[in-house]
Amino acid sequence: MAEEMLAALERNCTEFGIPLHALGSDRQGIVHVIGPELGLTQPGLTIACGDSHTSTHGAFGAIAFGIGTSQVRDVLASQCLALDPLKVRRIDVDGALGRGVTAKDVILEIIRRLGVNGGAGFAYEYGGSAVEAMSMEERMTLCNMSIEGAARAGYVNPDETTYAYLKGRPFAPKGDAWDEAVEGWHSLASDAGAAYDDRVRLDAPDIEPNVTWGINPGQSVPVSGRVPRPADLPDAERASVAEALDYMGFSGGETIAGTRIDVAFIGSCTNGRLSDLRAAAEVARGRRVAPHVKALVVPGSVAVKAAAEREGLDEVFRAAGFEWRSAGCSMCLAMNPDRLEGRQVCASSSNRNFKGRQGSPNGRTLLMSPAMVAAAAIAGEVVDVRTALGPSEASR
Amino acid sequence: MSRIDRIRGTALPLRGDDVDTDRIIPARYLKAVTFEGLGDHAFEDDRIALAGAHPFDDSRFASASILVVNRNFGCGSSREHAPQALYRRGLRAVVGEGFSEIFFGNSVALGLPCLRVSREDAIALQDLAEREPGTEFVVDLEAGRVPREPSGSPASSPSGRARPSSPADGTA
Repeated sequence: MAEEMLAALERNCTEFGIPLHALGSDRQGIVHVIGPELGLTQPGLTIACGDSHTSTHGAFGAIAFGIGTSQVRDVLASQCLALDPLKVRRIDVDGALGRGVTAKDVILEIIRRLGVNGGAGFAYEYGGSAVEAMSMEERMTLCNMSIEGAARAGYVNPDETTYAYLKGRPFAPKGDAWDEAVEGWHSLASDAGAAYDDRVRLDAPDIEPNVTWGINPGQSVPVSGRVPRPADLPDAERASVAEALDYMGFSGGETIAGTRIDVAFIGSCTNGRLSDLRAAAEVARGRRVAPHVKALVVPGSVAVKAAAEREGLDEVFRAAGFEWRSAGCSMCLAMNPDRLEGRQVCASSSNRNFKGRQGSPNGRTLLMSPAMVAAAAIAGEVVDVRTALGPSEASR
Repeated sequence: MSRIDRIRGTALPLRGDDVDTDRIIPARYLKAVTFEGLGDHAFEDDRIALAGAHPFDDSRFASASILVVNRNFGCGSSREHAPQALYRRGLRAVVGEGFSEIFFGNSVALGLPCLRVSREDAIALQDLAEREPGTEFVVDLEAGRVPREPSGSPASSPSGRARPSSPADGTA
């Protein structure tokens, strides 16, 4: 563990009077899970944090983005940052998502269509009926991965769903202050006639569960699709696709379904919240993880873990052969001993499939939704969660 | 912090789009409280995989101070360790087709300017650095110029006009 770092953090927080939700606290967890959970993340705030997935907090109508260590220092010292203004791309997702299709699939779809570099210089504002219908946790998943499409910030207008989520949380305003706050938050939402630098529209019913096949989050296909062949692509893309295929061990043209996995990871700031664990548990209930698969579930915070245990989700996972772990980032980025080994393939609900991301320099990551990861863990290979699993023992 | 007007030196070509910060410096190096020693670990896993054939292991580029990259360089994590590792490897400027905004902000904050050129110019610079690794360039921040061809011919991009420096050409 990074003991020296933890000690320095505790010392600095004590010296400067900054509350710390340290290890052992029932409020501890991934910052992008606990910020919203504690009601610290609120509409209208500007939130800068030393992690690129700070874009998550934009789900609440905040302007939220990642910065580096020296910039954190600058913020603590001056409350200021020098930044270029961001353009705004409005992304409307209209209609209803199909059964088994999640916010994770929507953001993977957006990144594939607009490109892994498509959001450079932009903040992504998500709207449309599919986004309006999403829970806050789903909106967080959507905003979380904005940065994977190069958009530094993601954003959703605050609405009744936002207020209902925040009300009563430890750091949310109380009493009259709450009513005042909500009135102010209402005024933050973009007007219907707002002008944007760019607009994009997607039809929600067209979106399938998505799975990445490559080494960046834009390299995905619908679960019914095939891994691309370099020859089918424009010249400019061939080299990077060939590099990705080589690293991943695909030859191109094979179906993504049927890809054998070694490890299944459910967790991360993208998909480590209670609703994610519920969706995965629903798939796992009464089934068994394939014998060759190591499967782990890592809640995003101590509070998520406790809530899941109150519902008995831990028992569902354990009975199915998943490891039930303590809160943290775990195998999303492998700063702790949870790492891939060698060329293992991991079905992962995390956010990055970069080379070496999960701790082995040649480990391979397939990004997908938590339910899809659970299904892959059970089947031992990538499957379409909507159709591939037979009835579970519990439902027989 | 001292003012930086221009950077002079040889170039290190690193080809490829979407080079992420996990590749520049893997997460296992994020646990220290300082950035000391990160220079030795820049691109560590890529270098191991290429067994000595990585540009960062190429002795011709050992003393280079200008990194030449392609599209969306430094995407991914906000870890300042990435530009810190490059800086501590001896690099003093990055020239490329484009940068992740967080990487760009981190780099500028520590005094590692990132300059944008067209794809064509980035590739021309990489080709030249490989063909003639000893070629010295001047990155002129004031004029927004970045190096290109030894002939001194202006590049197509308005911000891409550049020339190599030598004691004879008066740009030093």
